[in-house]
Amino acid sequence: MLTVFLQFLFSGLTVGAVYALVGMGFNIIYNATSIINLAQGEFVVIGGLMMWFFTSSVKLPFVLSVLLTILTAGLIAFLMERLTIRPIQKTDLLLMIMITISVSIVLRGLLMFKFGKDPYGYPPFTEGEPISIFGAIIQQQALWVIGVTAVSIVLLYIFFNKTLIGKAMKACAVDPVAARLVGINVSQMVMLSFILSGVVGAIGGIAITPISLMEYDKGPMLAVKGFCAAILGGLGRGRGAIVGGFTIGVLESMTAGYLHSGLKDAVALIILLLVLFYKPAGIFGSSAIARLRKF
Amino acid sequence: MNKDNIIALTVLVILIVFFPLLSPSPYNLSIAIFAGINALLAIGLSILMGYAGQISLGQAGFYGIGAYVSAILSLKAGIPVLLSILFAASVAGISAVLLAVPALRLRGHYLAVATLGFGEIIYIILNEFGPGGPSGFGDIPRLSILGYFFDSSTNFFYLTWTVVTLAMIFSINLIDSRIGRALRAMHDSEIACKAMGLDIVSLKIKVFVLSAIFASLAGSLYAHYVTFVSPSSFSLFHSVLIVMMAVLGGINNLWGAILGAIIITILPELLRKFEEFDVLVYGLILTFSLLFFRKGLVPIFIDKLKKLRA
Repeated sequence: MLTVFLQFLFSGLTVGAVYALVGMGFNIIYNATSIINLAQGEFVVIGGLMMWFFTSSVKLPFVLSVLLTILTAGLIAFLMERLTIRPIQKTDLLLMIMITISVSIVLRGLLMFKFGKDPYGYPPFTEGEPISIFGAIIQQQALWVIGVTAVSIVLLYIFFNKTLIGKAMKACAVDPVAARLVGINVSQMVMLSFILSGVVGAIGGIAITPISLMEYDKGPMLAVKGFCAAILGGLGRGRGAIVGGFTIGVLESMTAGYLHSGLKDAVALIILLLVLFYKPAGIFGSSAIARLRKF
Repeated sequence: MNKDNIIALTVLVILIVFFPLLSPSPYNLSIAIFAGINALLAIGLSILMGYAGQISLGQAGFYGIGAYVSAILSLKAGIPVLLSILFAASVAGISAVLLAVPALRLRGHYLAVATLGFGEIIYIILNEFGPGGPSGFGDIPRLSILGYFFDSSTNFFYLTWTVVTLAMIFSINLIDSRIGRALRAMHDSEIACKAMGLDIVSLKIKVFVLSAIFASLAGSLYAHYVTFVSPSSFSLFHSVLIVMMAVLGGINNLWGAILGAIIITILPELLRKFEEFDVLVYGLILTFSLLFFRKGLVPIFIDKLKKLRA
């Protein structure tokens, strides 16, 4: 009993870590721009597939591959912001949603052209026996996923709270006009937020691919799950996405294990609808703030 | 109905009547039928988004309900096709009410994502519990009205586009009516509407139900034309495409919905020759048209026309 439960719990936490990263990516951009970037899932896919490209196809050393993959994702996010988000000065919600979706179609097209429709994987970061806790088997890579997520969370926390640029980005989130008045280059911060969230997504992709493999069309589902995580925790709340991501990951894995594997994907959506209908501000969000937001 | 709409409707009817005569190939006709089905979806969404100002990324859910419910009823329960289409439309309408009551309190992103979630849940249900699961099922009976079978591409073309024309006339009249004026007022300022004593919530729900019924009809037409359905036709991607149709043609113009639907339906066919490039080219075209024709094609065309006249 316990063994099975723990097994489901750990696999849920592993997937949940990626959802948390995607959710944080949503939050970073939402805070800076009030845009929901529905191309967020594609960056996870870019992370996994480019990592495969650099390690298994070009056969570069591990660390260099990671750096190059992150650089690629950052560059693509940068191009996306400059070419499609920046030209639209007036924020029209519908247009913004459609633009990020159509960018995601372009990215999927590029990925399909480059990698085809096959799933890709590469060896785990470290070779070695899986760890056994009360009989539940945990792959070493699962620990890597959770560890990498934890480190990213800490780094993002330090970035937003201890560095000048991070604080400036937070200021843009609170009030873009006031931020501009104190001399913060808001447009640059928006650009930075896209790069940052692209990189965060790619890191998730790099870590999860050895476990779950990666294919060109995984993006939309990842985006939906990550968005559910962000909403569950309260849109725009950093820790909200983390709690939301892990919660959804674990519930999903429990549903697949105990109920019916096909309903796995419905869990996140049902949670999403329940949260939206009963507490749209999420677990950590304040409804007063939610009401004040433009979108 | 104003003069411009009457002229446009006349042109539409003439085009419909002559299209099968000028282009009788079954391939062209079937694309035209899909364009008509998509137009029905886009018109419903256009009223909802362009006039009532409510976003829906879950239209494919209602589309799927329309297809599956009428297909299952007519195939498994032996109910006459016309009756099962009407039944499917009422199922879609009721689910729209159930979704709208909590969802329409939400705005912007939250509403967009709530509808998206709804659409995906329907998709998962079709996948898991629909006959045939992910691979779908076939042998769906064709539509017959008073003993007349719609079994050729030509007569199904006329049927589909007649439905589109009727939906169009209905929608134009709706927008010209008191309800339509209330909708536009609601789009501009909800507070002002409330102050004038309009029941905003019930208006929103009604429009939402209307768009769901249009989508359901489109789904039923699809099921009884293709005689085969599988969940993949009703995925999130199709919801996105429907929004794309409405936005591309011009969200504030019903004619834009038809134009957008035609373009989005034909585009993949034209892109066949790009083979593995097709998704990429498709995405690029959508992105560029969103960036450069922000108001939508029909409003831009009308502006150009006005400038020429002046």
